[in-house]
Amino acid sequence: MDARFAAESQVTVTTTVNGELRTFTAPAHRTLLDALRNELGLTGTKSSCTEGECGACTVLLDGKAVNSCLVLAAEMDGHEVVTIESVSRDGVTDLQEALLKEGAVQCGFCIPGQVMSAEYLLSHTPEPTVEEIRSAMSGNLCRCASYNRIVNAILATSKKRVSTGE
Amino acid sequence: MVTYYKAQTLADALEMLGRADVQGSALSGGTDLLVALSRQHDETPRLVVDLKGIKDPRGPMVVSDDGLHLGFELTMAQLADDPTARSWFPALTQAAGEVGSVAIRNRATVVGNICNASPASDTAPPLLVHGATVTIASMGGERTVPISSFFRSPRVTACARGEIVTGIDIPRPIPGTGSAYRRLTRRWGVDLITVSVAAAVHGDGRVLLGLGAVAPTPLLVELPAGLDLTDRAGLTTALDEALAVATPITDIRGGADYRSAMLRELAERAIQEVLESTRRSSDGRSVRS
Repeated sequence: MDARFAAESQVTVTTTVNGELRTFTAPAHRTLLDALRNELGLTGTKSSCTEGECGACTVLLDGKAVNSCLVLAAEMDGHEVVTIESVSRDGVTDLQEALLKEGAVQCGFCIPGQVMSAEYLLSHTPEPTVEEIRSAMSGNLCRCASYNRIVNAILATSKKRVSTGE
Repeated sequence: MVTYYKAQTLADALEMLGRADVQGSALSGGTDLLVALSRQHDETPRLVVDLKGIKDPRGPMVVSDDGLHLGFELTMAQLADDPTARSWFPALTQAAGEVGSVAIRNRATVVGNICNASPASDTAPPLLVHGATVTIASMGGERTVPISSFFRSPRVTACARGEIVTGIDIPRPIPGTGSAYRRLTRRWGVDLITVSVAAAVHGDGRVLLGLGAVAPTPLLVELPAGLDLTDRAGLTTALDEALAVATPITDIRGGADYRSAMLRELAERAIQEVLESTRRSSDGRSVRS
């Protein structure tokens, strides 16, 4: 192993997180998910399957929904991440209110990921059909099985936003 | 122990991946590699070479009169949404649009999918029936192999240590060509295929089937030339012979017998879908092809 390796088994990353420039150092194997939670103290993004099956760790990376467990923190250097903390920066959002009203939140663990995937869907498909919602949300598991309630909450939010021009 | 290296040029990446003292892994989308890394509990030094710093000035995908060039950075979502790809290679864009989930497709690359060489790869069967070729770069230069000889065994391809797959080329289909992809999974979304079939009926009459998850590698089979696909009895006999190469195993996703039965069913449905789509396009206005 030459010096270049030794130097780079730790990585220093500078990335924009929720609009703020952040720099941190971490082991090279650190995932974006773990860096958000450990190095950056943003624990709203949840860690569950850690292999891209459950969607609990969904964040936006350069505007696109991704599983943060499948991205190395090192890959984030120079890129932009948006997490649930940014989405609900001003308190409970209309989508989160709709989830509560529909009774979609039981244990709540999957909800940050559900919200990120739903907001990503609504950002490019403001009026999705039920089928489009189910397809777009198929990467987010809810082991309390609130699926129909989640779909209803997204539909209600879509209708409300379209009618109020938000 | 993992070491991270972000390559800025192809030569740079090739040099690092060719090192003899460490196990190198090319990183593009990372949706397979990151799972492998998190499951690696030994102390084997692993060098992750990130290819995303290498920029192809032509962009992730190039459309030309000859066909489509898919660069190594092209994601499943980009491919699935491209109108030319959808028109020329429907089986491929269906596969790219159904693999994993929205979040996986935003990150996973097509080149990464074939390099991972899972027998259950979704893009392999369509690439096989569309006659794709794979470009492999090494320090010594570039070579091109047909995708039908790219897959060697599970997780093993024609791309050797110290080489990188830089792109996939698919020849533009001749007029009258149609294709379709059918996959079976246990749940809708984020599941590997139990079985899949890509079917292409080429304008010159060739009928090719790509088979997923029924052998150690994805398979390509051809039905007899001149076969009347609307003749059920003839098609049944031809499929009996062609699908005999499949050697499915029993695992968590399904039994061998079930896989064989579903392979048969999916092959018939995929062919049916192609026939319907080509009938529609020849009845209506001409399509881009």
